[in-house]
Amino acid sequence: MAENITNKDIVKEENLVFKKTSLFTEKPLSYCPGCGHGTAHRLVLETIEEMGIQSETIGIAPVGCSVLAYEFMDIDMQQAAHGRAPALATAIKRLYPEKFVFTYQGDGDLAAIGTAETIHACNRGENIVIIFVNNGIYGMTGGQMAPTTLPGMKSSTSPYGREVISMGNPLKMTELVAQLPGTYYVTRQAVHTPGAVRKAKKAIKQAFENQKLNKGVSFVEIVSNCNSGWKMEPVQANEWMVENMFPFYPLGDIKVPAEQ
Amino acid sequence: MKELRLMKGNEAIAEAAIRAGVDGYFGYPITPQSEVLEYLMAEQPEKRTGMVVLQAESEVAAINMVYGGAGAGKKVMTSSSSPGISLKQEGITYIAGAELPCLIVNVVRGGPGLGTIQPAQSDYFQSVKGGGHGDYRLIVLAPASVQEMYDFVGLAFELAFKYRNPALILSDGAIGQMMEKVEISDQIPRWTNEEIKKMSPWATTGKTPDRPHNIITSLDLDPHKQEDFNHKLQAKYREIEKNEVRFEEIQTEDAEYLFVAYGTSSRICQKSIQMARAKGIKVGLLRPITLFPFPSARLLELSKQVKGILTVEMSAGQMIEDVKLAVRCSIPVEHYGRMGGIIPSPAEVLTALEQNFL
Ligand SMILES: Cc1ncc(C[n+]2csc(CCOP(=O)(O)OP(=O)(O)O)c2C)c(N)n1
Ligand code: SF4
Ligand SMILES: [Mg+2]
Repeated sequence: MAENITNKDIVKEENLVFKKTSLFTEKPLSYCPGCGHGTAHRLVLETIEEMGIQSETIGIAPVGCSVLAYEFMDIDMQQAAHGRAPALATAIKRLYPEKFVFTYQGDGDLAAIGTAETIHACNRGENIVIIFVNNGIYGMTGGQMAPTTLPGMKSSTSPYGREVISMGNPLKMTELVAQLPGTYYVTRQAVHTPGAVRKAKKAIKQAFENQKLNKGVSFVEIVSNCNSGWKMEPVQANEWMVENMFPFYPLGDIKVPAEQ
Repeated sequence: MKELRLMKGNEAIAEAAIRAGVDGYFGYPITPQSEVLEYLMAEQPEKRTGMVVLQAESEVAAINMVYGGAGAGKKVMTSSSSPGISLKQEGITYIAGAELPCLIVNVVRGGPGLGTIQPAQSDYFQSVKGGGHGDYRLIVLAPASVQEMYDFVGLAFELAFKYRNPALILSDGAIGQMMEKVEISDQIPRWTNEEIKKMSPWATTGKTPDRPHNIITSLDLDPHKQEDFNHKLQAKYREIEKNEVRFEEIQTEDAEYLFVAYGTSSRICQKSIQMARAKGIKVGLLRPITLFPFPSARLLELSKQVKGILTVEMSAGQMIEDVKLAVRCSIPVEHYGRMGGIIPSPAEVLTALEQNFL
């Protein structure tokens, strides 16, 4: 009978609908409330946990808000110089071909200072996973313009909005790397709704599974928010992202292996 | 008998790397050291030992590949020449800050800027004082022959792993390009992944249940912890200074004057000594083999015996500062050097000695 049900009866394996992945460390996430980085971390860690590859995985943290990813992820990790994560990953994967190697990078890291490392790792077809969190801004340093900042978008170094004529055009790095023969799987996802999270999770898992095939880079962009850098509240930031970022950075697969 | 081969200095570096059981070489072409990568590509060491060789898209990428491999416990190296070494400084300071062992080879050419492709010794400051940002030191070895190019690869890795510190071989275009007889050592097997886990328990080899996750980083946002870490680094450098000073002395027993020179310049000085002694001038040579740590203590001793020191460098005079500090300016220390890729002649060096001291 209902009144006799205790906590003990409820907390059971078969009733479990959600649990924190055991691959998160005990360290509280340092991200701003509402930031997409935390969810992106979770999806990577859930994937590694579900695949049972913790002891075979080496991750590379970038310079950016996720510089401390290694504090939160209970896996062996290296912290790269700004933009250089794909170079580290290249060497580690070649020296340990049987391991799973991934980079986790922001848009400033991957698409500005690390452009050469990104393009060449992708073009060589390094057998790694690249997780690319694109929030259209330099979050960590206080909201400066990134290569991905939208035309007209305000940032601390484009205070009147990005003027394309003088500041250049935003760079669609994901479309660019999809052109390269060395990328195997290229997709663009988001983590702002439960539905989007489910799709992003599937994409990340696909990317990690691909490493078993030895067929090149699996590149997962996650279009995300930066409430602090955008100077918006979390809900407002997500709405702004849907209205402005998604039309410019449309979600979905960009390059899918023929076999899939 | 050991196998003897006639080799270029750059080729000796490459063959020594394979024989030393190096796991990975990452490089980018630049004169006068491109033969290192060319030799390795031709030799296909992946077939000999399983060694990975990769031509990177830039020196920046190459050194960051070294950073990745070193963090994962592997024996990894890169080589370049001056302009390329400048690009590598970012990676080198991260490697020093993360306390990782690796080998960097600089086959120096004249600068500044694109300079020249001819040999020089003008990267001394960059090599021995750090090079990139922050308070750090590299272990710096200065070969003076093709044999030493070969031998110092193994020695550099030994020291790098002993102290978890990057080591640098500071050579120059003359030693890189010249051919000499080299005694080839036996093949040392590459470490297995199991051996790496035991020897370097800090390496990112994949987190297993028996240990916490390993993190390779140079970041600590807490200034007190960062200061503690810097103290730890400095203590390590003092330990290296205590244990690892290496130098060679030639005819110093009765010397009244002293040349101090490393690498190519030290070989010129040997000829100058013969010429000087034929004239009755008692001069000797101290050749630092390690530039960091510097043979300061021995120089201080010698300063009580000799009347003057001439440092000979293919630069405007960089090492001379360390010599002056070592002898506490107790005796005259003068510099003779040529720049821009010009190698001084033994006669010029002797004239400089005479003009300064006699
Ligand atoms: C060589 C170098 N240049 C600049 C910086 C300063 N910096 C730190 S994070 C960052 C931007 C990071 O932006 P992004 O990659 O988009 O990451 P986010 O914080 O937005 O997640 C910059 C410029 C640095 N640490 N190193
Ligand atoms: S600054 Fe932006 S990217 Fe960084 S944690 Fe905050 S919201 Fe996220
Ligand atoms: Mg960003």
